[in-house]
Amino acid sequence: MTETDMQNATATETESQNASGLSDISPVRSAEQIAERDIKVRCHEVDVFYGTSQAIKKVSMDIEDKAVTAFIGPSGCGKSTFLRCINRMNDTIDICRVDGTIELDGEDIYDQEIDPVQLRARVGMVFQKPNPFPKSIYENVSYGPKIHGLAATKADLDGIVEASLKRAALWDEVKDRLDSPGTGLSGGQQQRLCIARAVATAPEVLLMDEPCSALDPIATAQVEELIDELRQSYSVVIVTHSMQQAARVSQKTAFFHLGNMLEYDETGKIFTAPSHEKTQQYITGRFG
Amino acid sequence: MTSTIDFTDLSAKHTSDETKKRLKQRYWAEVRLKAYGMLAIAFAGAALLLLTSTIVTKTTSVVYEYYVTLEAQIEVSDRDQERLADPNPRLRANLRRVVGASLQETVPGEVGRAEQRALAGLVSGEAGLELGDLVKADPSLIGQTISFDALLDDNTQLYLKGSYGRPETINSSGTLTLTPVEGEDGVVEAKVGPSALTEVFEALRDQRLTEAQRARAEQRRQQNAVEVWEQRLLDAETEEERSELESRLEASRFQRDAAASKADGLMQQATVRREITFEMGNRDPSLFLRAGEGWIKATAVAREYVRGEFFEPIEGASFPEGEWSALMMMSPEIERPIDDRQVVWLEDFSDRGLIVEKFNSRILTVSDSASAELAGIWGALVGSFWTMMVTFLLAFPLGVMASIYLEEFAPKNRTTDLIEVNINNLAAVPSIVFGLLGLAIFVAGIDVHIFGYEIQIGGFLPRSSPLAGGAVLALMTLPTIIIAGRASIRAVPPSIRDAALGLGASKLQTATHHVLPLAMPGILTGSIIGMAQALGETAPLLLVGMNSFIQEPPGDPLSPGNVLPTLIYQWNSNSERLFDDKTAAAISVLLIFLVIMNALAVLLRKRFERRW
Amino acid sequence: MLPLTLLTIVLMSLVAFALGRSRALASSEGKISSLHSRPSYHGMYMLLWVLLAGIGVFIVADILFSAFFTNLVMGAIREATPDLAPIAQSLIYSDAVKIADGGLPSTEDDLRRSIAETYSGYEFWRLGLIIVGSLGAAGYAFWHTYNQVARDFRARNRAERILRGMLWTAATIAILTTIGIVLSLIFETLIFFAKIGWDVPAFLLGTTWSPLSGVSEGALDPTKVGAIPLFLGTIMVTIIAMCVAVPVGLFAAIYLADFASKKTRSWAKPLLEILAGVPTVVYGYFAVVTIAPAMRGFGETIGISIASESALAAGVVMGIMIIPFISSLSDDVINSVPQSLRDGSYGLGATKAETVRRVVLPAALPGIVSAVLLGTSRAIGETMIVVMAAGQGANLTINPLDAVTTVTVQIVMLITGDTEAATAAPPAFTLGFTLFCVTLALNVVALRVVRRYREMYD
Repeated sequence: MTETDMQNATATETESQNASGLSDISPVRSAEQIAERDIKVRCHEVDVFYGTSQAIKKVSMDIEDKAVTAFIGPSGCGKSTFLRCINRMNDTIDICRVDGTIELDGEDIYDQEIDPVQLRARVGMVFQKPNPFPKSIYENVSYGPKIHGLAATKADLDGIVEASLKRAALWDEVKDRLDSPGTGLSGGQQQRLCIARAVATAPEVLLMDEPCSALDPIATAQVEELIDELRQSYSVVIVTHSMQQAARVSQKTAFFHLGNMLEYDETGKIFTAPSHEKTQQYITGRFG
Repeated sequence: MTSTIDFTDLSAKHTSDETKKRLKQRYWAEVRLKAYGMLAIAFAGAALLLLTSTIVTKTTSVVYEYYVTLEAQIEVSDRDQERLADPNPRLRANLRRVVGASLQETVPGEVGRAEQRALAGLVSGEAGLELGDLVKADPSLIGQTISFDALLDDNTQLYLKGSYGRPETINSSGTLTLTPVEGEDGVVEAKVGPSALTEVFEALRDQRLTEAQRARAEQRRQQNAVEVWEQRLLDAETEEERSELESRLEASRFQRDAAASKADGLMQQATVRREITFEMGNRDPSLFLRAGEGWIKATAVAREYVRGEFFEPIEGASFPEGEWSALMMMSPEIERPIDDRQVVWLEDFSDRGLIVEKFNSRILTVSDSASAELAGIWGALVGSFWTMMVTFLLAFPLGVMASIYLEEFAPKNRTTDLIEVNINNLAAVPSIVFGLLGLAIFVAGIDVHIFGYEIQIGGFLPRSSPLAGGAVLALMTLPTIIIAGRASIRAVPPSIRDAALGLGASKLQTATHHVLPLAMPGILTGSIIGMAQALGETAPLLLVGMNSFIQEPPGDPLSPGNVLPTLIYQWNSNSERLFDDKTAAAISVLLIFLVIMNALAVLLRKRFERRW
Repeated sequence: MLPLTLLTIVLMSLVAFALGRSRALASSEGKISSLHSRPSYHGMYMLLWVLLAGIGVFIVADILFSAFFTNLVMGAIREATPDLAPIAQSLIYSDAVKIADGGLPSTEDDLRRSIAETYSGYEFWRLGLIIVGSLGAAGYAFWHTYNQVARDFRARNRAERILRGMLWTAATIAILTTIGIVLSLIFETLIFFAKIGWDVPAFLLGTTWSPLSGVSEGALDPTKVGAIPLFLGTIMVTIIAMCVAVPVGLFAAIYLADFASKKTRSWAKPLLEILAGVPTVVYGYFAVVTIAPAMRGFGETIGISIASESALAAGVVMGIMIIPFISSLSDDVINSVPQSLRDGSYGLGATKAETVRRVVLPAALPGIVSAVLLGTSRAIGETMIVVMAAGQGANLTINPLDAVTTVTVQIVMLITGDTEAATAAPPAFTLGFTLFCVTLALNVVALRVVRRYREMYD
């Protein structure tokens, strides 16, 4: 993808966002819309090693922009590990080594030139357990913009915080207590705060590592609704244990097993007519 | 919200040049933080290195002690005879006369009455006693002449180690010609080569220049004072004030002028290029001329000429180059306890190979003494041993019992909470407060008046005794042992308790037969660490009087004693310089014990570390 | 005589164990399973009672009779010399004791000799009563428990109850220690304030400290017991120490927890621990022999006069001593900040430094604060370094290059000095009480903060 293409893409994105607004997106999309989607992240033959043991084996896949991609599979299949490769979070683990190429908008993110810190600003991440910093709600959300110098003035910063909280559908609940600690919120609110925190950094891709596994059903529903809205603006990748969740929120689904990606296709197809036997067994609950 | 935020614009910022520049700054901040961390560790490391190197270098300087070999002709007086015949080995005969006489035999030339004391002062007072011991062991030596190594005095030993500097040979060119000065006995004038005395000359000139500068500074200070007094005099209002200021002004003027004339005189001496004679006092470096067996000590120096007195007689009047030497000692006589006369004797001994170096086992085997060269740590070691025994015997059983109770039996109620908070706080109470407690309760006792009766509470342990000290340290160590004990008892899995209880063992049996053996390594590790702390503790022991002067090691925990740390404190406050080095040696011994104990604790932990 | 008595009691208890055991065995008539408790429990039960009764009576009798007979002798002295001051009377008493024991009295006269005779007479009775009483009690316990031994006797339960009581007693020693500290300190503190006419502000706010120079007839001069110079000196040395220890300890902890490689940690942590294991008297020596002269030399080269005993030298060395304290406590709290917070920060594109500064440190702050508080309390209570390196004169100064004195130094000086205990002890214990209160307050606050912090993340 060239520079101009990228700009075009972002321009259309902005237009469509302005046209449709944030709230009235129908979860069902037509076949044309699906076809329009661009490729945001391109992975080619990715291997991950922890010391000598191989956690990911030759995974290649293209992750689309403005769509939700779900990684499913039994525990220990490597889906979280693969997710963490996309923003180089694995760099923080000493013994971890990644081979193969992962491209973000055509740039190899494991290139010498690419700075992981800068990359992570572009590829945001939300974790399994809500992990708000022990600071106020405002400070939590403004953390990213501050360290990356996104806001020139206090007013700008206030604006980013408000917009992010709105995008994370948390604004109405917390607007009167921005100075109270983020750790004082409920579990679901905390996770949405973490999403707002990630959104505030203005990423292009959002990675979510089982974002609902620590939440109750109501909070899960809220977060899922939010993920669906976020699809409008980002390429969202979500790791999930729950096949229902994958079916509810994602457009494409990848099935991982023992470090291999066995199948990657439109979500509807994976859940109705899986081509791989293991996928079939997994989604029918034969193992997992 | 007034302005709409466009996240796309924000995203674009991530790849902008501005961000790249910012990133550089952000990484620079990281480098700085890392550097601070490394600096901090380097600082701690440097401190440790400096500490250990200080102690090691000082310790190595007392590894050897110095003796002088004398030919002693053993003659004993009646009193000595009496003591030599007494079977009690503690009654020692002091043959200092024999030592003194043999010293005088050893030095060449006559020793005047006034110099005899200086000569005798070279050896330790112990030398006569050691000779006495020798003779007592073998009475057949009486009347014979034997070779005997006499222990040297502390200052003499320091001199031989070079603590005050040694005379060093300087350029000794030309022929040395000696001419006795008429009418003055023992005084001589010496002519040397033209460049021979340059070094001395320069040193003396520098000396005078520095002193002249000092005098000038004093002159300026006094001039300032004069100006201040003059100004005040102008402002003065009462007659009384004026007369006082005038007298002060006068005094300052006088001092200013005195300083000025002193400075002038010294400057003149220092700057005149032509022939000049420096008179050498005891604030100047010392200059010696040496030829054959004899020594001359210079009292005045001119270019090519030295005026001096014979310290040891020189045979002959003319010595070609190479057969004489000039020696200079930079440290002035007034700044060292060894005077020039003694320097010459010692250099003479050392040239003749009479100075013997022996391994200093004395420091480990004898107790404290007022003389630095005789002081040792044995008494303090014994005291430390008794104290640690008492501490261990009190603190260990009590600590183990308390931790068993708190972990296995204590109900979860307010009393238990109180005990727990108490133990944690006790662990952080300053040690000196424990010393006060020990002093009040164990040693001195508190007098309470009840119904007209005076009842003393406590005060049952003798002051200065290892028992009192050990009891205080036991109270201090107890919290450490209890905390460690509870932690390791808690680490024993409940399944073991359940198994024992299930077999019908009582709670106490479970605790003592099953839980305690498994927790023992952990408790022991904690106890050893606690004991190591106690071994290095000083302040509380000072308060219960364990800083007494102990010349005999305590035979039991009830007799007065001191411990290594208090001995270190006592020696450190002693002004004799050799004690400085001996303190380091005592510290080394203490540290060796601490290292052994800590190594034992680490070993124990490694050996018995168990993961459940 | 008395140690021998104790030994006899111990021997009796051992005999009791053996006898109790064999009697239980005998009563089982060969069927050990018919006994309620195993034979050694019967022995243990007897042993415990004999020991408890004998030693208990011994201690009580010793305290009671010693006090009683001392009062009798003192009464005799008071009768003989009604005009003398109490101090002189107790001097006569101690002389008489020395004469009676064959020691060296300060003076010897008829009065002292006659008192000594009285004392010896009473001493016979005192020793006799203690010995007879304690041995009698042990013997009674022996006889009584021996008769209790029987097949159905619940010896194990009884013995275990006693043992549990002993465990409980051991656990309460901690509380007794605290009570002992508080009582002994308060006791002399009250005497001190009585001696200065309850002029507490004179002590807390006065600026001249020279308590031994104004002594007259047991009273102290309130204008000479002002502790401000000591407080000021203590605060100054503490501040200097913390200025060294906090940055070094904290940066070292940050580096070790978040930046250092495993290999660096493996040598740097023991290095810091070694610093913690060095006895304070060694630090004091280090300050006197190395640091103070080095500072003075440095001061001379740049034209500043630094006293050979200075607050600076003592403070810096004390700081070095406290570094490992701060670093290990901070290391603990920094490590206990959950990894998820760090991940959250890295995931937003923060650098390591930003994560440490903006997330980890604020999260660990309570723990670090308490580490600093504990370190401060350590510095305030530290004795040997200041005794050896800070000076003894109570100067009122705020110049760190001058000699200062601290609370702990004055306690040591007063107690180890030549002045008699009755005069020197009250001001020393009052200073000790002040010290105890301040450090206790710091410790309580610090421990509470730490506990709350632990609850937050556990």
